[in-house]
Amino acid sequence: MPESTQAGVSRRKFMAVGGGSVALAAFLAACGDDSGTTTTTSSMPAKSSGQTSETEQFGKGDIGILNYALTLEYLETAFYADVVKSGLFKGKDLAVIKKFGEEEAEHVDALTAAVKQLGGKPAPEPKAEFPLEDAKSVTELAATVENLGAAAYLGQAANIESPEVLASALAIHSVEGRHAAVLNTLLGKSITPDGAFAKPADAKTVLESVEPFIVG
Amino acid sequence: MSDHELTHPELAEVAVIDDSEDLSRSEVILKGALATGAIYGTLMVGPYVRKALAMSGGGDIDIVNFALTLEYLESAFYAEAKKRAGAKGELMKLIDLLADDEQQHVEALTATVKQLGGKPVAEPKFEFPYDDTASFLKLAQTFEDTGVSAYNGAAPMIKSKEVLGAAGSIVQVEARHAAAIRLQNSEEPAPAAFDTPLDEKQVLKAVEPFLA
Repeated sequence: MPESTQAGVSRRKFMAVGGGSVALAAFLAACGDDSGTTTTTSSMPAKSSGQTSETEQFGKGDIGILNYALTLEYLETAFYADVVKSGLFKGKDLAVIKKFGEEEAEHVDALTAAVKQLGGKPAPEPKAEFPLEDAKSVTELAATVENLGAAAYLGQAANIESPEVLASALAIHSVEGRHAAVLNTLLGKSITPDGAFAKPADAKTVLESVEPFIVG
Repeated sequence: MSDHELTHPELAEVAVIDDSEDLSRSEVILKGALATGAIYGTLMVGPYVRKALAMSGGGDIDIVNFALTLEYLESAFYAEAKKRAGAKGELMKLIDLLADDEQQHVEALTATVKQLGGKPVAEPKFEFPYDDTASFLKLAQTFEDTGVSAYNGAAPMIKSKEVLGAAGSIVQVEARHAAAIRLQNSEEPAPAAFDTPLDEKQVLKAVEPFLA
């Protein structure tokens, strides 16, 4: 009996996500940089104001949340694809990065399908560039991205209306948590940086963190 | 059924014992979760738990009490492992961390049940089938994977946003534990892109026999 039963999820290999290339490294670097200035880019939708949730710029309700998640998964997929291409990693570490990248690509497929199922239009793939200088800084960026990604899903869980959408989001959320723990381990950091209870991140914080990596 | 047919035979040997002879619904569901994981693999635990909780129909208090029972198991497992698992060095540090996290989960869930106006379930006794570090690690891996799957299965049934947030916060930590233990076992830390199967209907047919 297989451990994984993923009928309904396309197993199609993710196709070079970043028409661009450099997405991964910049992504990571920016995430870790609290002091960095953020630049407005054309690819990010205008921020909503007032009481509307930050995810509504991606669509109403669950569609907006799914498209927000899809945008983050596109970035993660592009990041890992670029890291693989960078040649900075070999052997076991490269295998980990490839595996994580494949899983992010599966998340992209699943979220795209979920948006369509709800009658929405999937968010476009953002073009991204990531700083890819050396293995250590890239691993740090990867850890930042995965910890942020896990926090992003956690931050949306209570906003999701449909139990089916929530189930899918949670099934992805814990995988992001696994990725984060592995990368933290590679860096010699705690697997649970928030302690026994993981902290959520709201969409505004997350989007501001990834904005520097989006180039158009 | 012979061990050869089991996906995780070690889970089938875990004993959940209620001395008070007042077997709670939570303990029944936990036993079913362990049996489901033993036979079909840990990914199947989520859909089983969701269906079992839906059938019990008790709402958030029942769900949190089930989570509490699961955390009792993990907390007792790691507390005991400090003496029994033959661990040293880095592994001992990891066990200390996990024991501490699971104990904090027990305390938080106990407080949550009370906040919801319920009565926290009593802690059952457990017997864990391992006799060395390797068999401890194997069981730890299936427990953590079971925990992730169980929370992911239960969470969509939760009505209170606060309780859902707390459950999400805990399951992410369980997933991190699972990955760390899997690294210890030289296993894929994130073996699948989704921690619960996306096609639950298909899965539920398989686990139906365990739905009391």
